[in-house]
Order: sequence, then structure tokens, then C-alpha cells
Amino acid sequence: MSFLESKDFMKRAGRFLATASVAASALAFAHGASAQTLTVESWRNDDADVWNNQIIPAFNKKYPNIKVQFKADPPTEYNAALNARLAGGTAGDLITCRPFDASLDLFKKGHLVSVNDVKGMDNFSDVAKSAWSTDDGKTTFCMPMASVIHGFIYNKAIFDELKLTPPKTVAEFHAVLDKIKANGKYTPIAMGTADQWEAATMGFQNIGVNYWKGEEGRKALIEGKQKFTDAPYVQTFTELASWAPYMGDGFKSQKYPDTQNLFTLGRAAIYPAGSWDIPIFRKQADFEFDAFAPPAPNASGKCYISDHTDIALGINTKSKNVEAAKTFLSWIASSEFADIYANALPGFFPLTKEKVTVKDPVAAKFVGWRDTCESSIRNSYQILSRGTPNLENELWNVSAQVLNGTMKPEEAAKKAEDGLASWYEPHKK
Amino acid sequence: MSTTSFETTAPLVAAPARSRLPLHIVVFLAPALLIYSIFSIYPLVDTIRLSFYAGDQTGAQHFAGLDNFRMLLSDPTWSGQFWNALRNNLFFFGVHMVVQNGIGLGLAMLLSLPRLTGGSVYRTLIFLPTMLSVVIIGFVWQLMLNPLWGIAPSLLKAVGLGSFFGPWLGQESTALITISLISVWQFVGIPMMLIYAALINIPDDLLDAATVDGAGPFSVFWFVRLPLILPTLGVVSILTFVANFNAFDLIYAVKGALAGPNFSTDILGTFFYRTFFGYQLQVGSPTMGATVATAMLIVILIGVLIYLFGIQRRLQRHTF
Repeated sequence: MSFLESKDFMKRAGRFLATASVAASALAFAHGASAQTLTVESWRNDDADVWNNQIIPAFNKKYPNIKVQFKADPPTEYNAALNARLAGGTAGDLITCRPFDASLDLFKKGHLVSVNDVKGMDNFSDVAKSAWSTDDGKTTFCMPMASVIHGFIYNKAIFDELKLTPPKTVAEFHAVLDKIKANGKYTPIAMGTADQWEAATMGFQNIGVNYWKGEEGRKALIEGKQKFTDAPYVQTFTELASWAPYMGDGFKSQKYPDTQNLFTLGRAAIYPAGSWDIPIFRKQADFEFDAFAPPAPNASGKCYISDHTDIALGINTKSKNVEAAKTFLSWIASSEFADIYANALPGFFPLTKEKVTVKDPVAAKFVGWRDTCESSIRNSYQILSRGTPNLENELWNVSAQVLNGTMKPEEAAKKAEDGLASWYEPHKK
Repeated sequence: MSTTSFETTAPLVAAPARSRLPLHIVVFLAPALLIYSIFSIYPLVDTIRLSFYAGDQTGAQHFAGLDNFRMLLSDPTWSGQFWNALRNNLFFFGVHMVVQNGIGLGLAMLLSLPRLTGGSVYRTLIFLPTMLSVVIIGFVWQLMLNPLWGIAPSLLKAVGLGSFFGPWLGQESTALITISLISVWQFVGIPMMLIYAALINIPDDLLDAATVDGAGPFSVFWFVRLPLILPTLGVVSILTFVANFNAFDLIYAVKGALAGPNFSTDILGTFFYRTFFGYQLQVGSPTMGATVATAMLIVILIGVLIYLFGIQRRLQRHTF
């Protein structure tokens, strides 16, 4: 008897499964049929409003048939999540590209399409394209969107109250810090080391360009002509270490949002910044703020800024709408997009050759440094983060340790160099 | 249809066929077996398989034998991180064994006091954090311990201990123990509940007999109650062990995948995540990640085997 029942049960189960699978495939088909929707993968979760309210509507005015969806992950999780989705074949059509090796790796693994032939590509200089091109420069796989510039944002009200002027040299910078500290009301430097990357990005890379002379030092490092144990890098770490006493109580467990709040609540005077902080501060701070460029180690000589090609857009190889995606990319290359982007998100500076006016005064100041100072990219991004240990993550670690006082500047320099020398041929000698 | 006619004639043939494979057992086992195989056994076996492969730039994988394991254990950049993570994990486990299970035992003893009012209220309250999401726990504790706007520094100042406060989550020397204690706070309800259930199972006549024989409260605990709940303590230990060596979420929520400062809170789970998925500019490696996962499996397996053969076989079970 039980045999019979089980037989019957199996048959029903089989029928149920068959129905279910038909239904599932029908759903899948329906999903595939709604073409012409582009999904953008991004780490800029802060920008969702700008994309949904300004960029996408402006694009749809010209191309009403292509729907665009903006989907963002938190910045620190983006690479991992994106890689997993690409491997699983569920990633969106348009991929926001990190500069250099992270995206080059995606291209080599066949996840990104070459965009050499996309209209508008010639609006960009070779330097702008370098972050998203193969080592020989022949193939470009992402359309450059924007760069970010480092500097220092300061609270004007506090500077006025304490009668301070924005410093130009390192000596002046320290004099200003001492005055703020002596007054005792405000934290001189708003920065924490809990998230580690601030120490490396807003600290080490921000001020370092002046020591290693921008591109000159960056290229020498790649060619192996300079080592991290050389004077410019040790000096950068030493200068960074000298910030610790000005960073306020408990900076060791202060996270990035804490730091932003500390500044926008008017409790800190100086904020080592990335230009991407400007739109957030515009929204949150109810006092006037302004910016000064990284102080120069000595008064004479050229100045350098970290003008980092940061963000681009590429096309997923598995996308079903490659043509629509290319249309979108060529629009990204237009001056119309550059204008919207630069002013909706002051602090992200378009890389296009065409002239774009930045209306936000602080953002305009940042971008104005391009005229007086030499631009350079972060030195850990090109080639040097290909191996294990990865230079960028190593720099996070040692920069945070230098500020925490658990490592001397020389030790930090040595650790970065040793890590690099363990896998990178030009540094093995 | 032909099948219906088969069914009507079937019972006569099928009924005596006892010796054949009992189909109903297969049918009832099938769903569980199928799901377990697809979602648990297959991934496990495939992970082990993947750990013997290596990938190149294009993502193509080729067989590499034990190379990954050799690299994990001998290449200083990998082995340093691996041993560090293992050491931190052992410490993490040690804190849970001593503090979490110690406090859990103590609370269970208090709860099983015969004249306790409001016992179920305490029980619920203490068990409550266990049911909260780790993200909430991490967020709440970070806020409380925040040096800028946290309640911990002002509370300590109010009682004159302000100088004892430090950015505990951010110092290499204190970060791991702070996170461990947060985790203990969250999960202390589980050993408490298990031990409490074992304690109330002990018949009163045993305790009364011991008291009549002249045993004080301490002797009653040490010579009567403790031996009777030892099997439960064993289960609690092994649960703690497995949970701790698979832990990842709290540290990821509070310190991120780089488990700072300087990897002082890095445990096997976060090390695995970083290796497999990558982090910031570090590109993830599925094969190396599988190697770390296999190493974790081996560590857990060794721990469980030690428990099974070294401890559980010696435990005496008492039935009343």
C-alpha cells in the first residue's frame, strides 16, 4: 500500500516540479524581454539622488527609450560585491570603474568591453585615459568620468575667531595648529584612524605629493629608481606622525562619519579632505568653509596636488544591451554631462578637455590649483598594487600605525618597501 | 490512461514485495538528502577541490596540487596573516569559554535558585541581545564606546574614572578583547539557557540527600550539580568553539574587512573574506580563498575530534 501511495506522490511531485519549472522559465523569459534597461553598478551610494533626479532625467530627455537604473554598494564593499556578481553573471550593464589595476583586472578577465570605438572618446587626454587603459595604452576599457583632488578644508568662522590665515608652508601650518590647540576650544585636525584609509588617502597621499614631487616621484617608484625608504617618503611619514597630538581625544577609534560630523558640527578647525566631501559639507555645515592646498615643505619651488583620476564607466561583457550602453557612454563623454556632474556633485571634476565651469566656490578653488600646481595620481594605484601584499592596503596599515604611534616613520617606510620588494621586480635589487 | 490502469492492478503485485528497497524511506529521506547535498556537501567538496587549483590573470584555473597550502603556511606574507588570525581566533575563543560560559553558568545557577522572583523576566532580558542583529549590536556598542559622543566616557567621568577611558576599539592592545566582550555580551544567553535547562532537570531528592549528608552549598554545587551538568557544559563548549571559529560578522561590522588596527582583530573569518572577495585594491582570489576555507575546516575538524574522542567519551551520562 505504501508503495502505491509513494508512487502516486512521486508522480504528483513530478507534475508540480514540471509546472514550477515552466513558470520559472516563463518568468525568466519575461525578464529578458524587457530590454533597453541599463543598470549602473557603483560605489557612490552618496550620489543616488543626483543620478536619479538630475543625470538620468537629463539623459532621458535625449534618449527616452533607454531606461537607466542606478544601483550602489557601500564603497568598501563595492569591489568584493561586484566581483562576485560578475563571476555569477548577475552584474549590471554599466560598471563604475575604479582606477588602474582593479579595473584592468576586470578587463583581463573578460568582464569589460573595449570602449575605443565609443563616440566622444577623443574628448579625453591620454593622462585621463591612462587609469583605464592597458599597459601599452592601446585599449581603453572605461569612459573617464571624474577625478578628485586632495587638500584641506577649514572652518572659516573658527579661523576668523582665532585670527588665523590659511597656511602656505608646513611651518605656517604647524603654527596655525599650535594656536588652535593653545586656545583649547576646538580640535585642530579632524581625522581618525579607525577606518585606516583616511590616514593613507587624506594624510599620506594628500601631503606626500609635495615631498616626492608628484608624477616625477610616482614614476620613479614604478621604475624602481626610488624606494619608500628614500627621504621624501620618510619625510612624509614624519610629517604625518606630527599630526597625532592635534587630532583630538580618541582619534584611534574615530571613524570617517565621526570625522565628518566633528567638522560639520563646528567642533574642529581643519579637515584634511578629498574634494568629494564638498557636497556633503554643503548640505550639513551651517558655517562658511574654505580650502587651502597642501602646505609646501619649503616656501620656494613648485607645488603639487594629488589630482586622482578616480571614477569611470565601463560596459559589462555579458550585458544584453551593449549598444544602449555605448549610447549612454558617449553621452557621458559629452560636455552636457560634464556640466551637470561637476555642479551637481562639486568636488568631482570632469576629465574632459572641454571647459567646464564649476560654480561652487570651494570646489572651484580646488580645481583652480590645477593652474598653479602640478597634478599627480596616487602613487599606489598604478601597477604597484598588483601583487601580494598589496601596496594600497599596506599604506593604509602603516599610515594609520604611524599616526597611532605604534610605528616610527622609518619603520613604516621599511614595511611598505619590504612588502613591495617581496613581489615587484624593479624593487628587488 | 495507461498509468491509471497500472495503478488499479498494482496492489496485488506490490504488496508482498517486502524484500525490495523500501521505497517510502527513500522518498522521505530524499528531500532532506537532496537539499543537504546540494547546499552543504557539494559546496564543501567543491571548496576543497578549488583549494588545489590556482588562477591566473585571465581567471583561468589550473591544477596546482598543494602549492596553495604551501604558500599559506610558508610564504611570510600569507603565513604571517594566517597565524595571526589563528592566534587571535584562539584568544577570541578563550575569552568566550572563560567569560561567556563562566557568566552563563553563574547566571543559570542564580536563575535556578528556588525562591527567585521574576526569574522569567531576567531570563528574557538576558537572552534578548542574542536575538538582535549583529549589525545593530556593533552599531550600538560603537556608539556607546565612541570617544567623541559616546556614553561610556561621560559615564566614567561622572564617577571620577574619566582617565581610565581609552579609544578601546581603536588600540591594538585593547581592540580584540573589547570586541570579544561585546560578542560575549550578545551571546551569554545561550549557555545560560542550556545550562539552566540542565540544572532544573536535576531531581531535588539528590540535592536534599546531599544536604542531609552534611554538604554545604559549595559542596552541593561542586560534587552533585557540576558532575550532572558536565555533558551540557561539553555541548556548550563545542558550540562555542564552532561558532567562534566561524565568526566573522561582528568584526566585519565594527572594524571592516581589514580588521584594524594593524590586523589586531583579524580572525580566520575576516582573513577568509579578504582573501576570497578582495578588499579595496586587493583583488580577491577564489582559489586562495578556498585554501583558507579548507584550513579553517581542518582547524574546526581537529577541535571537534579532540572533543569527541578526548572528552565526550569519558563523560558519564546520568538518567533519572
